[in-house]
Amino acid sequence: MSQANLDTARLRERRCLMLRIRAFEEAAIRAADNKLVLGAIHPSVGQEAVAAGVCAPLRKDDLLLSTHRGHGHTLAKGADARAMMRELFGREGGNCGGKGGSMHIADFDVGMLGANGVVGANINIAAGAAHAIKLRGGDQITVCIFGDGAVNRGPFLEGLNWAAAFKLPVLFVCEDNGYASTTKSSAVTGGGDLCARAEALGVPTESVDGNDVMAVEETALRLSAAIREGAGPRFLHARTYRLLGHTSVDPAKYRPDGEADGKWADDPIQRAADLLAGAGVSEAELAADANAAETEMQAAYDGAAGASWPSVRSAYDDVQDVGAVPVPQGL
Amino acid sequence: MAALTYREAGRQAVTAEMRLDQSVWCLGEDLGRGGVFGQYAGLEAEFGTDRICSAPISEAAIMGAAVGAAMAGARPIVEMRFADFALCAVDELVNQAAKARYMFGGQSKVPLTVREPMGMWRSSAAQHSQSLEAWYAHIPGLVVAAPATAQDNYTLLRSSIRIDDPVVYMEHKHLWDFEGEVDEGAADFEYGPEQFGKAHVMQEGDACTIVAWSAQVHVAMEAAKTLAADGVHVEVINLRTLWPWDEAAVAQSIAKTGRLIVTHEAVGVGGFGGEIVATMAEKHFDKLQRPPLRLTAPRIPISYAPELENQVRVTAEQLVAGVMQLRYPL
Repeated sequence: MSQANLDTARLRERRCLMLRIRAFEEAAIRAADNKLVLGAIHPSVGQEAVAAGVCAPLRKDDLLLSTHRGHGHTLAKGADARAMMRELFGREGGNCGGKGGSMHIADFDVGMLGANGVVGANINIAAGAAHAIKLRGGDQITVCIFGDGAVNRGPFLEGLNWAAAFKLPVLFVCEDNGYASTTKSSAVTGGGDLCARAEALGVPTESVDGNDVMAVEETALRLSAAIREGAGPRFLHARTYRLLGHTSVDPAKYRPDGEADGKWADDPIQRAADLLAGAGVSEAELAADANAAETEMQAAYDGAAGASWPSVRSAYDDVQDVGAVPVPQGL
Repeated sequence: MAALTYREAGRQAVTAEMRLDQSVWCLGEDLGRGGVFGQYAGLEAEFGTDRICSAPISEAAIMGAAVGAAMAGARPIVEMRFADFALCAVDELVNQAAKARYMFGGQSKVPLTVREPMGMWRSSAAQHSQSLEAWYAHIPGLVVAAPATAQDNYTLLRSSIRIDDPVVYMEHKHLWDFEGEVDEGAADFEYGPEQFGKAHVMQEGDACTIVAWSAQVHVAMEAAKTLAADGVHVEVINLRTLWPWDEAAVAQSIAKTGRLIVTHEAVGVGGFGGEIVATMAEKHFDKLQRPPLRLTAPRIPISYAPELENQVRVTAEQLVAGVMQLRYPL
């Protein structure tokens, strides 16, 4: 197989993953509209190349910490879409038994140690997970993905400094979609250059077009290989764009007129499709990949909608071992 | 059996657990030089700089890293230096450590011991003196311990390190040099869950029940001694842990005495004494012959000047007066 063929096969695989992430979130948005997903969901539509590219070089035993906008990262790390959808629906069989929902989705079996509802909180946790790896020995790495809003929180300084001071195996990825919740990040961020902040804390950096999935993958591969070999932490600044609002019900009217429309031309999935078409992949094959993703996620939707609610008694489980309150009588 | 200080008992507890379990990991500021109160003295020499990790002054990172490490298989002991400084890491403790197991549906536990030296000590003023144990007792997922004696410190610290829950472990700074007999336990002694929620009756009596924890236990004992000289014998209960707390021991005691005083160094408003009094009133009202009494700090910050600092102290004299008031109401 020639190099060109290999790249095409890989790119097609990555596009399939991005299509799955897109289809998962579109199904989740439909479910929210249908009052089946009850809590807030934060779609990553337009940002799928970061998830697919960053997670590509990871092993199952590598660890991943994610954010409230973490469906893509979780799928890319290998979590099961059916269990994830059940979690969003709050049903039995969800990854967290219906206790976490979208913002706390986690799948420890694939090394996904949790999305986090607090912006930036995963940075120190990731540093600690990497510290445990270092203490134990071995060549696992930890990846921590956060948004551009997180760089203005204290844990960015404390966690990156910690990782640099102790030379920990962790890749920090700033998935920069331009908006901190509903405020333009550039309006509230001093200095402007996020890489300069990380460099100042002793963490070497790279920047990448976060909508170019192969570029993200190649950069992540290079950085994670260095980290695996003991080089210490690295910081990847992946520039992307959030094509939808902060949550699925946010129409994002605070954006300048036409801004998002223009960005749809840079949709990472369409970019991958254009490249694949240029490399000779047929329209029928590209459409079949998209259909497969939609079929999978519609099945996940249907499975979740048909699943039972968790047992009410489970509200009392997994609080703590010592001092757990008893299940009330009659439950 | 050996006479140890409260500080040394804690040091030996950590040493024993670190020898037994390679995954126990200490992190905090200035641990290399033995910790700010000497409670880690010599540990770096024995266990090395990896396992006795001298951290940057980054409380949020210390606590957050401990949460991540605990989820990745370590058993961290976090040193917060002063309980007051743990407020820089409240998200990491309350939103992360206390919630991770539950919100991830039991996929991971967070075995974590957070040492938070608390309480008034040597004119330390408003930011180095607080007793905030009630805050943590309020948070589902956390265990809260407040040892009063060298033996408590040894037993509860070893047990905290062994259990799989996050424990807020509040040693009192005033007690570091207090000496007591410590039984390091037979080889098969069970350090673990059964040590929590188990109060110790420090002194038996039938005149009144005084419930206390941490340094206030010693104030209660002083009051008990004064009262005993006058033939009034009070029962002093050292609660040892606030969550879980030994409701049965308190109920059993008031069944005998009919009178209840709860005393703590923390501010009375929203303090844990209120929880104890309310529980007894709700469930054991029939056992009380007099309204219960809380002797606690007024709702003012802690001062520097000794005379001002004393305004928040509950003294043995005040406890004696409280007991007499319950025995002979005006």
